[in-house]
Amino acid sequence: MEKPVKDARSGSERDERKAGRRTVNRRDFLRGMAVAGGAAFLGTPTDVEALHDLSGWPDRMGMLTDLTECVGCRSCESACNAANGLPAPEVPFDEKSVFERKRRPTASAYTVVNRYGNPKGSGNPIYRKVQCNHCEEPSCASACPVRAYTKTPEGPVLYDKDVCFGCRYCMVACPFYAPAYDYESALEPKVVKCTMCHGRIKAGGIPACAGSCPMGAITFGRREKLLKIARDRIRKFPDRYVDQIYGEYEAGGTSWLYLSGIPFGELDFPTNLPRKPIVENTKGFLSAVPLVLTLWPALLGLCYAANRNKEEKG
Amino acid sequence: MNDNYLVKEEAYPARFANKLTMGMPLSEYARKLVTPFNIVAAILLSVGLPLIGLRFWQGLATVTHASNEYPWSILLGWGLFSGVPLSGTGYVMATAVYIFGFKKYHPLVRLGVLTGFMGYLFAVIYLLIDIGRPWRIYYPMAVSFGPTSVLFLVAWHVATYLTVQLLEFSPAILEWIQARRTRKWAILITVAMTIAGVILSTLHQSALGALFLMAPGKLHPLWYSAFIPVFFFISSIYAGLCMVIAVSTIGARYLREKADHRFLDSLDGLTVGLGKAACIVMFVYFALRMIGVAHDDNWALLLSSSYGYWFLTEVLLFVLLPCVVLTVGVKLHSARIVRVGAFHAIAGVILTRLNISILMFNWNLPGHFQAIVPPAREVAIVLSIITLHVLIFRWILNRMPVMREDPAYLEDGH
Repeated sequence: MEKPVKDARSGSERDERKAGRRTVNRRDFLRGMAVAGGAAFLGTPTDVEALHDLSGWPDRMGMLTDLTECVGCRSCESACNAANGLPAPEVPFDEKSVFERKRRPTASAYTVVNRYGNPKGSGNPIYRKVQCNHCEEPSCASACPVRAYTKTPEGPVLYDKDVCFGCRYCMVACPFYAPAYDYESALEPKVVKCTMCHGRIKAGGIPACAGSCPMGAITFGRREKLLKIARDRIRKFPDRYVDQIYGEYEAGGTSWLYLSGIPFGELDFPTNLPRKPIVENTKGFLSAVPLVLTLWPALLGLCYAANRNKEEKG
Repeated sequence: MNDNYLVKEEAYPARFANKLTMGMPLSEYARKLVTPFNIVAAILLSVGLPLIGLRFWQGLATVTHASNEYPWSILLGWGLFSGVPLSGTGYVMATAVYIFGFKKYHPLVRLGVLTGFMGYLFAVIYLLIDIGRPWRIYYPMAVSFGPTSVLFLVAWHVATYLTVQLLEFSPAILEWIQARRTRKWAILITVAMTIAGVILSTLHQSALGALFLMAPGKLHPLWYSAFIPVFFFISSIYAGLCMVIAVSTIGARYLREKADHRFLDSLDGLTVGLGKAACIVMFVYFALRMIGVAHDDNWALLLSSSYGYWFLTEVLLFVLLPCVVLTVGVKLHSARIVRVGAFHAIAGVILTRLNISILMFNWNLPGHFQAIVPPAREVAIVLSIITLHVLIFRWILNRMPVMREDPAYLEDGH
């Protein structure tokens, strides 16, 4: 049952799976078994996916964006564009006029920077970088009916266009509005989003945006370590930061972490997200599926038997 | 037996052509096709079908408003999320007659099953236009499994249920082409298919609601509820009942000569009976929606914003009111009032589904209301598919024994 999946994936991804820690393999194994055992009808072994301990994968990496450092130079956008071989933008990267409206990642830009007025009135605008946050327990991955998404042990969430059929449920499920879609393409559209430069990380490098930031606003490293750095900064400069690391808990936590000088809600960060992974919301439903499958035939069969006899007796 | 005697006189091609033109010579059939209805239909199709072609030529962006923030537009909001509950007709009627033994509703079973089958078939057609790579639609079934996904469940169940409904309807097709022996086999599996149909319907009707459990921050809190799968399932029951009332009303009015006396004479009585079942389910559904508000303690939201008023409009004017109309119709034993209530209830089901999939989805994004107005091209596509739906439905009703029984098969009660 696993075979077609693997055939559809690229060789390097297959290697990653092999290299992954045991948790990943066990999860895949259980999931494969469940599918083989008729999971299609018996509902879905959500528990395998949803219950796993988020403290797994100690080596996973993250990105800490300190929004108080960002000056809106858009170097990260430019570096991302070059690193991923994306089409040239309509407006050049040194053009400030793009800040006049709020943008979001699109099929031709994995990351964008938006400008916000500073409510503290100190004159300097605030800039926010937007890209896929690479959730610890990604909604997109658990929403995808063809498993086009993989959460890698290193942290990045990767998308495989070779199995995607374009239903766009991942976009509905993503709480951060990260995945973009290639609506212009008639026959080969795909979902497009930041890969956290997975290839570079695997090769021991750092993501292009982090490497290009002249202000050091983006720190790449182990997620645990980044959380520590972030907490230290908040403790040392309580006036500079709000007392929250966005991404520590949102939707179960993300690889991308943010520090900000003003409340995150004022920067269009979703503030209404649960602390648990969003896939938990469907667990109750999915665990009721086997009940329906087993109880309904029995109950309806009984009804049928009872009513048939009644009919015969007149 | 001598019932095939007459037919065997004809050669096969002639017999087949005869079936298609309903026994008329081709010229007469062609002349009969020129009606005001067909002319309007032709115009709608000539606008919409090329636009569907355009979608496969230049991409979704040229015909829809679907965007990165609003990935699902009216193609799915109408075609899938509204179309599927309204196609609950098949499982509702088959269960009532074959499982619960309400045999007097037998004249309406085939119409119910056909309405359901056509509804699902067209839901898939809308889907094929909307998804990016429609030729990969079987991927969740054969290539790559995503069992943690509610959509995976929907894909499997809708595909399976489409097959089940085709089998359920197959006796009518087999009677039409006079395949007596195959028909016997088709009749044998009726009860098994009915049970399979209830299971699959329960699961995918509720799963369509459960899809939105993955969007807690995006769907307005009044519509987002842990009970949303139950809401979707329960409302599909009364949606199915009301659709049977609606379709049989339209069928008896515009295709009267294709219905037999058994159908026409019992219709008013059966309509009231269906209305009775529908209003009971609707009261339950209304109570559940209120419990949903109570469960999340959203009372304060009801009167604090226009969203609250819109929610009240939905549940009071499009659930409670049609429910009261149905109740009055049942009490007065008036099929006419029941029909009014049924059409009203159907409008309510569509409104609820559009609210959840489009109107209240991403309600908190700036420019929300501009973003959800569908462009003319997309509306034209939807209208042309509706037209196609009606034309094919009518084509089948004209030919196959749906609203009537084939005298050759009367004895076995199917």
